[in-house]
Amino acid sequence: MSLVERITGQAAPGAGAIDADEARRQSRARMERIARWVLPVVMLLATLWLWDRIVAWNEIPHYILPGPGRVWDSLTGDWAMLWDAALLTARITLMALVLAVLGGAGLAILFNQSKMLELSLYPYAVILQVTPVVSIAPLIFIYVESKTAGMLLCAWIVAFFPVLSSTTLGLNSVDHNLRDLFRIYGASRWQKLWFLQLPSALPYFLGGLKIAGGLSLIGAVVAELVAGTGGVGAGLAARIQEAGYRLNIARMFAALSMIAAMGVFIFAALSLLSHLLLRKWHESALKRES
Amino acid sequence: MPVAPLSDRPPVMELAGINKTFAGGIVALDGMSMAVNAGDFISLLGPSGCGKSTALRIMAGLTQPTAGRIDWHGGQRAGDLGVVFQEPTLMPWATVADNVWLPFRLRGKSYGEVRDDVLEALRLVGLEKFQTAYPRELSGGMKMRVSIARAMVTHPRLILMDEPFAALDEITRFKLNNDLLALKAKIGCTVVFVTHSVFESVFLSDRIVVMAARPGRVVRELEVDAPYPRDDAFRTSAGYAAHCREASDALHAAMEAAA
Ligand SMILES: Nc1ncnc2c1ncn2[C@@H]1O[C@H](COP(=O)(O)OP(=O)(O)O)[C@@H](O)[C@H]1O
Ligand SMILES: [Mg+2]
Repeated sequence: MSLVERITGQAAPGAGAIDADEARRQSRARMERIARWVLPVVMLLATLWLWDRIVAWNEIPHYILPGPGRVWDSLTGDWAMLWDAALLTARITLMALVLAVLGGAGLAILFNQSKMLELSLYPYAVILQVTPVVSIAPLIFIYVESKTAGMLLCAWIVAFFPVLSSTTLGLNSVDHNLRDLFRIYGASRWQKLWFLQLPSALPYFLGGLKIAGGLSLIGAVVAELVAGTGGVGAGLAARIQEAGYRLNIARMFAALSMIAAMGVFIFAALSLLSHLLLRKWHESALKRES
Repeated sequence: MPVAPLSDRPPVMELAGINKTFAGGIVALDGMSMAVNAGDFISLLGPSGCGKSTALRIMAGLTQPTAGRIDWHGGQRAGDLGVVFQEPTLMPWATVADNVWLPFRLRGKSYGEVRDDVLEALRLVGLEKFQTAYPRELSGGMKMRVSIARAMVTHPRLILMDEPFAALDEITRFKLNNDLLALKAKIGCTVVFVTHSVFESVFLSDRIVVMAARPGRVVRELEVDAPYPRDDAFRTSAGYAAHCREASDALHAAMEAAA
């Protein structure tokens, strides 16, 4: 129901009667809604079945390629250990994401307030971003004593840039008429930032946040691989490495599937957050009402 | 609110010998002079590129003139202006009521303090039921009404409008023209209205400032002496047709002189 209908209490004329073309369009839309869930699930089941069959038919030894059943056994059998590892990885990932948001958005706001600061520092933010973190990480662990701090730093370096660049873009993409209006009304710099630039930047920021979520997981995994297991216990990536040394391929797959699940969860959670924050007003959250 | 006859309205603002030359040497305005008096409804009428928007931006303080003076009688306070652009220019993240609250909010007034003014402004433009709606839920005409409500909510001394209805369909435009006059009759504001439509300028204004391009300048001032309130009957009257012809002739003369 459109807003006008809600308020005037009038439905569009001829509501209820639908022509053949509209009916076809509707049933196609319904099919698509169902297929969106069913097809990926069917695809997954088929892949698992094929995997299982290939292993069985070719009698592949489990230390080369375990079947899905063995991976499942490892997942349930080693659950306590894997769960602890997952918590550790998740902790680093989330802390890095929070720091990336604070650092990225904070720097963006700072740059926006001072062009000189932006000109001085932005190139170095880019350099930090384009240098592969795997190559910086060993140095970090030489100079940073705390392993947790080192891992956080690695993950942060990877994750903060998308937040910085998208928020910067957002803060600068204010509608120019609205900017003029604020000037006419004599708005202060803070009023302009708070009432105009930050809301304008929100959709851009959320886009950057979604990317940063995935990147902070990547950063945490890389950091674990470089840092090794000593000291703070082992995360999922360290468990994969360790299981690899022992040719425990099933556990490698189990841990890998948990990392993948974590990545999917982060993306879904951030997408939901973005939807909730924007659904009322932003075009990206707009469904066609007709 | 009754409006005094043209001759004895107190002055509000005056442009004297305004020149605006942009970097790159484009002379947008040259020697533009005009006066705005309290209660006026003035149209700036001219072909596109003749400097109408530039003149409006100078009045709004968004652009400094290269030469010439702008005088505000009784002093000018920041924010004592209402502006309506060609686009509705609403904040998409804010509800209709919050958009209209904006001019007050930027003066540090809480919503509670000015709630009655905001709702009154929305009532005057016929949108009181839409106060909690978001801009994207509204039609183009309704968004423009919100923009007008925002411009007048503080009862500013002067409201500037830059081709506000140019992007709307004709039926909506006629309706908004009627409503704008009704609104002006009620609150007695002073309006400078930019348009390139002869018909719109004659219907709305009591004075028309005809401008020519290259360089932008005032070529004639016309008075439309038909009394307010004006309604659809005025659109079909002989007086309206005569004024349209006069304004149209002035405009053509201006464009030929420029060509
Ligand atoms: N910021 C600007 N920089 C350079 N030239 C401009 C600028 N704004 C307007 N102009 C030029 O000034 C002239 C008048 O423009 P404008 O005031 O927008 O005319 P109108 O609103 O009557 O169509 C045009 O030739 C336009 O190209
Ligand atoms: Mg213009």
